[in-house]
Amino acid sequence: MSAAAPAVITPEPLPDTTGPRRVLVSSVSSDSHTWNLVFLQLLIEEYGHTVVNVGACVPDELLIAECRRHRPDMVVISSVNGHGHLDGRRLIARLRAEPDLADLPVVIGGKLGTRGAEGGGHTRALVEAGFDAVFEDSVGIGEFRRYLAAPDTRALRTAGSAAPAL
Amino acid sequence: MSAPVGRTTPTGSFAAAVAAARSDGELVVQPRMGFPTVAQMGAGLKAVHGTSARTVGTITLDSYTRVGDHASAARALERDEELNGFPIVAHGGRTTREMIAAAGAGDFAIQVRHGSPLPLGIVQALIDAGLDATEGGPVSYCLPYSRTPLVEAVDAWARSCEVLAEQVPGAHLESFGGCMLGQLCPPSLLVALSVLEGVFFRRHGLRSISLSYAQQTSFPQDVAALAALRRLAGEYLGDTDWHVVLYTYMGVFPRTVPGAQALLRESARLAALTGTERLIVKTAAEAHRIPTIEDNVHALETASEAARTATATPADRPDEGEAEEIHAEARDMVEAVLELHRDIDRAIPAAFARGYLDVPYCLHADNAQRTRSHIDSRGRLRWSSVGRMPVRSAPGGTAASVGADELLGMLSHVQNTFDRAALDPAASPEALPAAGRIRQETK
Ligand code: B12
Repeated sequence: MSAAAPAVITPEPLPDTTGPRRVLVSSVSSDSHTWNLVFLQLLIEEYGHTVVNVGACVPDELLIAECRRHRPDMVVISSVNGHGHLDGRRLIARLRAEPDLADLPVVIGGKLGTRGAEGGGHTRALVEAGFDAVFEDSVGIGEFRRYLAAPDTRALRTAGSAAPAL
Repeated sequence: MSAPVGRTTPTGSFAAAVAAARSDGELVVQPRMGFPTVAQMGAGLKAVHGTSARTVGTITLDSYTRVGDHASAARALERDEELNGFPIVAHGGRTTREMIAAAGAGDFAIQVRHGSPLPLGIVQALIDAGLDATEGGPVSYCLPYSRTPLVEAVDAWARSCEVLAEQVPGAHLESFGGCMLGQLCPPSLLVALSVLEGVFFRRHGLRSISLSYAQQTSFPQDVAALAALRRLAGEYLGDTDWHVVLYTYMGVFPRTVPGAQALLRESARLAALTGTERLIVKTAAEAHRIPTIEDNVHALETASEAARTATATPADRPDEGEAEEIHAEARDMVEAVLELHRDIDRAIPAAFARGYLDVPYCLHADNAQRTRSHIDSRGRLRWSSVGRMPVRSAPGGTAASVGADELLGMLSHVQNTFDRAALDPAASPEALPAAGRIRQETK
């Protein structure tokens, strides 16, 4: 395949706080896939974190309300229907416009466009829009596992071996 | 096979196309194809119409239209952004009709495929476009496709069925009940839901119906399930025009081209050997991205060829009594639901509320979430726990939860089996006898 190296943005762990965290897992407004959500919940729980699974087809307002209700340490957005790059950009702009949610760590991953690896990445645009990290499907789940294993996930930075994004 | 088939004569274009193929002894193959623009969608219809395979056409709608967010669909069109299907409401019925005519597909039978719990706007648009066939159902397009409460989907589907039946003589409606989340739903529940949605459609005025079943993890078990579906449909829908539609595997797909094609061919062989009238295909792009027109045409021709040349082997045969068991289990579910209330519109939500119907791993708030399933050592899909469903062959109660890797293992079972067989001809076909046979065909 002629696709460019997969774009991935890896977090930089902060050493000063550790322990289990509260994680909110959610889809985006137009995406009804749920196996991805079920899988991510199980995976994140295996790292000792607590998960609130908001489910499929989550309107932006509902996600914002759920963030206020549960006060998560981190939000994990998953989308595979191909609209993730559109829904994700809109959603994160809404979230970042809320003063109390502007600094909340929010990551996104999945099949974010409709053209697969050949379609070029959406990582850069999504990071610019306000996500802390982007895990495109082509990269595999390894990066995210490392991320979850990190003692703290609060500080995220654009770094990593294969990151031409910024 | 001396299988029962529908009795009344179809009048609509879609049902007539399927009936004509049936009397010619040919399988109808159909894509799941949808593109955002009129130019792409029109070209796609034209290409599908023009293939050597016996086809009907499909317009698959995008996710914004499915959730009723037509403004986002229109905005994406304006900005020339990627959409995962054709936004029929944003384009409008008239534009769609003109697109079909311009593609030279005016006499082509075309079905609109969507995935919407509240489909009235879509039904109106397809009627305006001059079309007479669509699919879905109050359960199958609610639980796997939305967070809409089931009672709202039931109301909306009842109204939509009535509008379709009143405004389009001979309209055809297919139940998507044979899919339910695409994977890990045991056959008896798929068969029961398909028939229940068929009964619902009939109650709301439709007389031309198809019942679906999606290829699962075991060829012989699928043969048994299709026989059970046909028998149960005959018992409940005897006085309507009906046929059976098979979906090529709807779960996690093989990543390799030969693996994907082998799975597709296997589904076509399954359709041919069971006397199934129509097959909806998947393409080799399935695991990766939205398929192109070429991907679709190739899949249609491959499936059609595989059906024409299909042969049976002893390994295809279900176990003694396997079809009867699936039929009995599905019939028990259907009866338990219909006994809850005289009105099926009330009976279906009541059945989910009590856990009489309960789809494994479905997160929807109206699903009881007490059931679990697994793939056994012979590749068959089985109940691990049946919660409160009226199933005698498996334990009740709630099963222990599985881990992430275990879940991924079950979800990837078919993918792995077919990819391995495609990449390594020496791989043991133990778990899925079918994969071993396919190796020879792929060469
Ligand atoms: C099962 C399935 C369905 C089921 C879903 C049932 C349900 N409620 O979940 C049904 C049949 C209902 C369905 C419907 C649709 N589907 Co679908 N579906 C699939 C299928 C076959 C398998 C998905 C699956 O279960 N995967 C298992 C889970 C565990 O893995 P995953 O989702 O692939 O995610 C992995 C990674 O992406 C990653 N990941 C995902 N999210 C995140 C997030 C983070 C933070 C991280 C780190 C990682 C990560 O982790 C997972 C494990 O590796 C895929 C194709 C395939 N893969 O074979 C298509 C697919 C995802 N579907 C697709 C589409 C388009 C749809 C529809 C819009 C219909 C259509 N137009 O074809 C509708 C959705 C309607 C809507 N409103 O969105 C497309 C998406 C195209 C694209 N992105 O380019 C696919 C790829 C098929 C295709 N080639 O066309 N689908």
